[in-house]
Amino acid sequence: MSKLVVSIAGRSGAFAVSADFAAAPGVTALFGHSGAGKTTLLKMIAGTLSPERGRIAIGDRVLFDSETGINLPPEKRHIGYVFQDARLFPHLSVKHNLTYALWAGRRNAGKPFAEVADLLGLAALLDRRPATLSGGERQRVAIGRALLSNPALLLLDEPLSSLDHARRQEILPYLERLRDESGLPIVYVSHEIDEVARLADTLVLLSKGEVTASGPVAEVFANMDGTGEDAGTLIEGYVIGRDPQYGVTFIDLGGETFQIVDEALRPGMQVRLRVRARDVSLARQAPEAISIRNVLPVQIVTINGREGTFAEMELSFAAQKLRARLTRKSVADLELKPGDNVFALVKAVSVDRSSMRRGKD
Amino acid sequence: MTGTGMFGLAEADWGIILLSLRVALVAILFALPLAFAMAWVLARHSFPGKSLLQAVITMPLVLPPVVTGYLLLRWFGTRGALGAPLNEWFGVIFAFRWTGAALAAGVMAFPLLVRPMRLSIENIDRGLEEAARTLGAGRVVAFLTVTLPLLFPGIIAGAVLGFAKALGEFGATITFVSNIPGETQTLSLAIYSLLQTPAGDSAALKLILVSAFLSIAAVIFSEWLQRRFDARRPE
Repeated sequence: MSKLVVSIAGRSGAFAVSADFAAAPGVTALFGHSGAGKTTLLKMIAGTLSPERGRIAIGDRVLFDSETGINLPPEKRHIGYVFQDARLFPHLSVKHNLTYALWAGRRNAGKPFAEVADLLGLAALLDRRPATLSGGERQRVAIGRALLSNPALLLLDEPLSSLDHARRQEILPYLERLRDESGLPIVYVSHEIDEVARLADTLVLLSKGEVTASGPVAEVFANMDGTGEDAGTLIEGYVIGRDPQYGVTFIDLGGETFQIVDEALRPGMQVRLRVRARDVSLARQAPEAISIRNVLPVQIVTINGREGTFAEMELSFAAQKLRARLTRKSVADLELKPGDNVFALVKAVSVDRSSMRRGKD
Repeated sequence: MTGTGMFGLAEADWGIILLSLRVALVAILFALPLAFAMAWVLARHSFPGKSLLQAVITMPLVLPPVVTGYLLLRWFGTRGALGAPLNEWFGVIFAFRWTGAALAAGVMAFPLLVRPMRLSIENIDRGLEEAARTLGAGRVVAFLTVTLPLLFPGIIAGAVLGFAKALGEFGATITFVSNIPGETQTLSLAIYSLLQTPAGDSAALKLILVSAFLSIAAVIFSEWLQRRFDARRPE
């Protein structure tokens, strides 16, 4: 499967956007606050808005090149676009919406209809009209419609933003299956850190129309400005076993064993956990007789924040990174400084399961 | 009046009714595509002189119909600026023919056709066309499969309103093509003529009832069609 390579500059009204990034098969998240230029960038990739200069290509297929004057119209780009507001055709049944690219767009079905309907749980909805669907159902149909247009790339523009928490939890497993089973590059726009942590492989940070960082998710996360309420890091490992009696799962993080509470994980699965800085405590000595399940030997890399109540600390262990947020009083009392070897304490129940990336078995 | 035909209507009455329907239908068939194009341009484009164009389209609604009829006579008469070349090139004659009655009816109905269509074009979510494009449909296919079906209720509303107006047109018609039985005497003109004759009231009554029936039927038909095509209705 081919890679999307974007290197463009342009504007939407008075707002200037420029971006350089690549998206391989798997999920590439475009992450930024609203107004960062995420949707403008998607429109330029899809061809509904033209950049001023640069180049967009999927593999060796050039979609836009200002040097050679190539600018394919949207219908020739073979890009599946899932809009924030679904944009189902209100006068057509779900079935005719799903097959629109086949009968109106004269595309070949890239995947069998039944396979897509099964992947997204659409079989029961086929005869309904869009007006009778729930928000979550609408987004599933929109994703299916894009998938059935035989796309070389999928663009998902905040597909969960119009849904409440319960509906999001309903759609997320479908998106995970899409990522693992479609084999397509997926560009996923979001401003929710949990969604990104759970779904993305690559992260592109956008701010004021420009890319401020890009790379593997865990790397970019670790280097992100860690001052937000939700600041944290992603740590990766694989499942080595479970204790069914207590529902505890053991995860190997490159030598260190970590415990979390999750029923659905199976041995051998790759997982990525998001640990929030505010859930990490530090101790000078390994504590005994303590309820906290995870005690990791770590080294302090940096301590940020000379003023204020909190100190943000970066910790390393087994080639991975953690962040800790302590009061500056604790830092002073324990005389913590960069280079010190200490113990990081993380409660098993504090690991956020909704933002956990589950790999295939 | 001679002989009695279906529904107690004389043959001559049937002639008048069929002529009226023909005039109104032909008027709408020709005016509808033009009005749609005009509604599209007004809804989707901005250009210098747009408000002037809008004013010109609205003219038949605000001008005295007699004035509109007079202008048609000047322009579309056999020696008119438009009438002469149309006659020469296409053999189309408007003056004192039923085609002229259709032209008058079409012109008078035009603003009523444009308005509902323009409103429904403005109401369409253009994002839907964008979505269709990303799914492989070119501009034309996206228009035919998404935009046009969503515009059906507006088009029908415009067409029926225009048809009812064309059916009842009086002032511009009588000024432009006169009141010639069998050629330009539509329902309204026939009712008018009968009311001018002594004791014509009872003869006129039949035509008045027919006229009312046709108008009401057109409105009911349009409501039915609109319900039928309203995309947002739940199944």
